[in-house]
Amino acid sequence: MDINDFRSLVTVLSLVLFVGIVWWAYSDRRKKTYDEAARLPLDDDSPLVPEAPVVTQINENQERK
Amino acid sequence: MQAQATYNYKVVRQFAVMTVIWGIVGMLVGVIIAAQLVWPQLNVVEYLSYGRLRPLHTNAVIFAFGGCALFATSYFAVQRTSHAPLFAPGLAAFTFWGWQLIIVLAAVSLPLGITSGKEYAELEWPIDILITLVWVSYAIVFFGTIIKRTVSHIYVANWFFGGFILTVAVLHLVNSAAVPVTLFKSYSAYAGVQDAMVQWWYGHNAVGFFLTAGFLGMMYYFVPKQADRPIYSYRLSVVHFWALIFTYMWAGPHHLHYTALPDWTQSLGMVFSLILLAPSWGGMINGIMTLSGAWHKLRDDPILKFMITSLSFYGMSTFEGPMMSIKTVNALSHYTDWTVGHVHSGALGWVAMISIGCIYYLLPRLFGKAQMHSVKAIEVHFWVATIGIVLYIASMWIAGVMQGLMWRATNPDGTLTYSFVESVKATYPFWTIRLLGGVLFLAGMLIMAWNMFKTIAGGQAVNAPVLQPAAAH
Repeated sequence: MDINDFRSLVTVLSLVLFVGIVWWAYSDRRKKTYDEAARLPLDDDSPLVPEAPVVTQINENQERK
Repeated sequence: MQAQATYNYKVVRQFAVMTVIWGIVGMLVGVIIAAQLVWPQLNVVEYLSYGRLRPLHTNAVIFAFGGCALFATSYFAVQRTSHAPLFAPGLAAFTFWGWQLIIVLAAVSLPLGITSGKEYAELEWPIDILITLVWVSYAIVFFGTIIKRTVSHIYVANWFFGGFILTVAVLHLVNSAAVPVTLFKSYSAYAGVQDAMVQWWYGHNAVGFFLTAGFLGMMYYFVPKQADRPIYSYRLSVVHFWALIFTYMWAGPHHLHYTALPDWTQSLGMVFSLILLAPSWGGMINGIMTLSGAWHKLRDDPILKFMITSLSFYGMSTFEGPMMSIKTVNALSHYTDWTVGHVHSGALGWVAMISIGCIYYLLPRLFGKAQMHSVKAIEVHFWVATIGIVLYIASMWIAGVMQGLMWRATNPDGTLTYSFVESVKATYPFWTIRLLGGVLFLAGMLIMAWNMFKTIAGGQAVNAPVLQPAAAH
């Protein structure tokens, strides 16, 4: 196989792979996982002032769910 | 079980403080060289001449200011979204001191004229080796923390930070390959147009991964935090990541339009640069729309103002960039101040403003305060910086288009209408306006430094406890 055939093949495979990723990311069964993932940075707030008890914060987070 | 453990905030604190310090140093050097263009007599000694200070400016703002901001934010975000303290804290400390040593070595060697001459990769081979050691350590700490995570999902910001760390490692190793001659001198492993292509493959991906992917990591963590809302579309963020990874690598040839580079390579670079508009704007929309339904927060939160304005500048410069990569547009814009304006709309507008916003978010949390010493001062900083950027970009647009038009103007007999020096003379007023813009941006950083030291003085260094993942995970 010519090296240029290989280059064309890689280009086409990359495109197919990318379209596959888009299809996968927008498939319905990913929705729940992504909704939870989007909350990851928000559901871990430490109190700004260190003296405040951490336990309360965790409970608040759980109630919000 | 982990109730006693705390996140490693020490290294985050160190990098956050040095972000502000190196920002001031790098931007001060920028102001000096801007002044040297207006008043060439300011080139007093060779060590402080324009040609030697210019690479010092770019290295300081990109790798010292931007680099420290990336270390601080990535170390913070990866711990918090992984619910695990940093892996290998000793190695993390080494990345801080190693990175500072590299910056100091750059600040000494560049004014001495020790350079390999590759743009954004000027540092000579011993420093390159040190960069490699620090960077590998960074990767071990970062990916080690991800492996240690107590949640199953790897948050999207970490994908962007991880992509940035891996790609910069590859770029640095390939482009810095050189044959050392003495301790202070080496020659590139590549020759001729291949050397130019490797350099701009590196150069453009330094923009794409060091100055974009890493800062998008900041956007995906800190914009939702500051807005207290989840990212607009998590699905879009996944597609955004992969689209950026698949396309950015191929855009480099647009730096070499109309050179000895084969024509098909130039066209390929142009096409991929045009395609890049899609992921760039997808990401920008994802960030800005996070505020959808909560736009009122922009009114009284200056940190959010910094973040959202940075995204607007990101959108602007990623529209301008593909446009300038079109060969016919490039025929006018290349080698003019338009390019300088474009770079600064990205560097000041996007990179610096998102970093400043994130550092303002971090500082009170790292020093046990509810907020910065003066929120009013953040507001002042925002407006001073924004006016500075607008002056900078607008003057460089006008100067660049004017230079391009003057250089290509010909008389009916085919001779050039203007000599080069006439275009230089015509540019002076715009260089003066650019200097004013730069001074304003630097002034904003000084306000930030005052605010930072006041915040630190009234606070104490704290390490937040490691939290158990929320119940739903």
